[in-house]
Amino acid sequence: MTPTLSIQNLTIEYAVRRGAVQAVRNISFDIRRGEVLSLIGESGSGKTTFGLGVMRLLPTMARVRQGSLLYRRDAASDALEVLKLNDAALRAFRWKHVAMVFQSALNSFNPVLRISDQFADTAHAHGYLRGNLLAARAAQLFTLVRLDPERVWRAFPHELSGGMRQRVMIALALLLEPQLLILDEPTTALDVLTQRNIIDVLKELRHKLNFALLFISHDLSLAADLADRVATMYAGKLVEIGDVFTIFQSPRHPYTTGLIRAVPTLTSDRKDLTSIPGSPPDLIDLPSGCKFHPRCPLASARCKSEEPELEDAAAGHQVACWNWRAI
Amino acid sequence: MPTPIITLKHVSRTFRVKRHLIKAVDDVSLSIGEGEIVCLVGESGCGKTTTGKMIAGLLAPSAGTIEFCDQAINQMARAAFRKYRLGVQMVHQDPYASLNPTQTIYDIIAAPLRHHKFTRAGADTRARARELLTLVDMTPPDDFLDKFPHQLSGGQRQRVSIARALTVNPSFIVADEAVSMVDVSIRIGLLNLLTRFRDQLGMSFLFITHDLALAKFFAWEGRIGVMYLGRLVELAPARDLIARPQHPYTQVLLSALPEADPQVTRNKPRIELRSMDVPSLMRLPTGCAFHPRCSKFIGNVCERVVPELTAAHGAHVACHLIKPGP
Amino acid sequence: MTTVRAFLIELGKTLKLLARNRVAFFGLIVLVTLIFLSYIGPLIWPAETKSNLAAIYQGPSWQHPLGTDFQGQDNLRQVIHGGRVILEIAFITGILTTLIAVTLGSLSAFLGGAFDSVMTELINVWLTIPQFPLLAILATMLKVSDVWLLAIILALLDWPGLARQVRAQVLSLKQRDYVEAAITLDLGTPHIIFREIMPNMMSYIAISLIFAMTGAIYQQTGLVFLGLVPLSGANWGVMLSLAYNRGAIYTVDALGNVLAPVGAIALLQLSLVWLARGLEEVFNPRLRTSV
Repeated sequence: MTPTLSIQNLTIEYAVRRGAVQAVRNISFDIRRGEVLSLIGESGSGKTTFGLGVMRLLPTMARVRQGSLLYRRDAASDALEVLKLNDAALRAFRWKHVAMVFQSALNSFNPVLRISDQFADTAHAHGYLRGNLLAARAAQLFTLVRLDPERVWRAFPHELSGGMRQRVMIALALLLEPQLLILDEPTTALDVLTQRNIIDVLKELRHKLNFALLFISHDLSLAADLADRVATMYAGKLVEIGDVFTIFQSPRHPYTTGLIRAVPTLTSDRKDLTSIPGSPPDLIDLPSGCKFHPRCPLASARCKSEEPELEDAAAGHQVACWNWRAI
Repeated sequence: MPTPIITLKHVSRTFRVKRHLIKAVDDVSLSIGEGEIVCLVGESGCGKTTTGKMIAGLLAPSAGTIEFCDQAINQMARAAFRKYRLGVQMVHQDPYASLNPTQTIYDIIAAPLRHHKFTRAGADTRARARELLTLVDMTPPDDFLDKFPHQLSGGQRQRVSIARALTVNPSFIVADEAVSMVDVSIRIGLLNLLTRFRDQLGMSFLFITHDLALAKFFAWEGRIGVMYLGRLVELAPARDLIARPQHPYTQVLLSALPEADPQVTRNKPRIELRSMDVPSLMRLPTGCAFHPRCSKFIGNVCERVVPELTAAHGAHVACHLIKPGP
Repeated sequence: MTTVRAFLIELGKTLKLLARNRVAFFGLIVLVTLIFLSYIGPLIWPAETKSNLAAIYQGPSWQHPLGTDFQGQDNLRQVIHGGRVILEIAFITGILTTLIAVTLGSLSAFLGGAFDSVMTELINVWLTIPQFPLLAILATMLKVSDVWLLAIILALLDWPGLARQVRAQVLSLKQRDYVEAAITLDLGTPHIIFREIMPNMMSYIAISLIFAMTGAIYQQTGLVFLGLVPLSGANWGVMLSLAYNRGAIYTVDALGNVLAPVGAIALLQLSLVWLARGLEEVFNPRLRTSV
């Protein structure tokens, strides 16, 4: 089956006074139809830049150096090169095909407009439903995200709790039936119970509406709970990608392994937990060879000089490491 | 029972927000002994940070007393208060806000050393600053002393924060979400550093966090206290609390927590709440504050009577459903 | 020796940072030029003591680039002679205003309680009084003829607005985690105010100082122009006042006589405002370490 979005050699840089920040470096992978793909990585790994790049919402100092983003709404439709869309086509593309929800829902809303007006604005901009039809469609979406349409529709953003706002944002993102929803740390600022509620809502939604979900987060536990596949990013590069159970149970990249060992669970034993030494690299002045080698327990001479590319470790499991067989 | 360093006796704290009186902390009693680690967990607005700030002397309780080494803080003579002031230090959450951006790392560490005359000459101060940075694993220290906070990573800044707290040789540290803003890959390292001070220097900790898994890791041999809307609802040895939670709220929290293991996290039994709405602190429910959301609540009792924290099965729980006992 | 070196290094950094912001750097150059002209200029081109009736109200020429006035004296030369007093009053007023505002504003925020309430009310009342009329009345009553007296009066009138802003700033900085850390470390109030809070307000204070100066320039030239302050001698306000009173504004040829002081005042104000734009960067430790 053709993927919803096929990313090829995507490279994004930021021009700053000190030089070029290499935020996304030559990333290629597919987001499959209807899957939940979780992109994990620490701050500065480039995961947020990647999400913005897919939406073409990058700040002006960012440059897409190379790459291609091929989107297909369904298996039968023609491929759309997202990087070549002009402004008008881009506006139509966002929201209708790919929508994004950010960490702070409060900033995504206009504080002086009621939720109904925010929906009307979005619908109007895309020549979508209006009036009662729009209200009916919104009510349907609110029910899907477990909100009471009566309570939400006429409310102002500040009258809703953080968790409710985030769900309204998800409902709004789904208004035009996008085939790919990108969520960037959507639950980071929320409490445990609210976060659980949103995860459950997302799980339900994807089964009912069957869109693909790119879930960007530093939180491994969310990936473990929600994802079908997990992709690990380090220093702008995709270092491992595979099925969620494979990644958590038999990871092949030392960075993924290190991350999993660094995150306590309720059942984990204290002595099994350990930090990864050192800290993430400076994206302007990256180390030679494999960017993880200064922190890697398996680093060999080759790792210092040559950067490994993704290779198959097993069916559907790719890893970028010279020594993955040793793990 | 080790000798208590910090004791809270029926401590409450109210804030005035516009015309409303908000009870941020309500009747909390807790004692933390020498070399003990206690983690306070709970969701935002549960009063855990306010409790921490009261212990650190940054806020005064509205009611109740806080004792440092068996002496009430608000009745201390000058010398005793000074001992308390330096004896209890705080490590903040945000490594970007807890260091003054206009000062070098050396300035930050040297100020308390010089002010309290722990060191005399400049060379002496610099040597001690080097020692402290080495203690928090920032080596070689000379690489860091003349840097500004913005030139360090989040984890390094947090280490400087810890080193700054250590300048005055405290016996108690309040760590408010001290690792939640640093990268996941280095959190354990920071917590192990704090544990080392406990082991080597006998320091005690109040660790405030929203992350139960992290609380279990850090409090391993200590205790975890769970707070809900200003009240302590359960207090138990860390591993017991995680393995056998007694309060319905603790149970809900644990069942809702996603975990970094797909097998475990997808097969957890889920406890449903009666309501997703968190009551406002301005209009707290009567009786047990958790009753409008609790699936196990007993009509008539939970709505009316505030449950006291009582000993039950090796823990302390504030719930009408729990039978008191050893 | 080392302190001199350190000072030169910091000065170099400051200039480099200012140079990054072209507008600010240009402002600095203009300002330095104006100061230079006002203090060194009179030594090179002494004041004209005699009037030259043959050359009244002339337009710009090689001999008189900005034309001449009603006495036939050179406008440019008068501009050069008239800057010093303006600059001095502006500078003294700016410093006094900032000093009063920063002291009272930060004390008010830091001490809180009754002092803060009284201070806030005082500021509110002060701000409701129409400033310029009061200034005009005061100036007439006190017969101000001294630079210092005028500067003090201006500062006493100007501080409340800035004090209120400083108070708000300190209130916000007081909540910072590093201030809390300084409290638990028992470093004392002076340390907290002067080492933790003030350094974080330096760019703000410097910018406020500049705006206090611009305010003072308008006020003093206004007073002099209206003849309420009998400052004699060379002064752009006096020039403008004379030009007005002697009917220069009705003569096309005398345009230079009116525009010269107006232009000088505008240029001084602009240079200050331009300079203010770059000060944020000068005090940012992040940028300081990167040059």
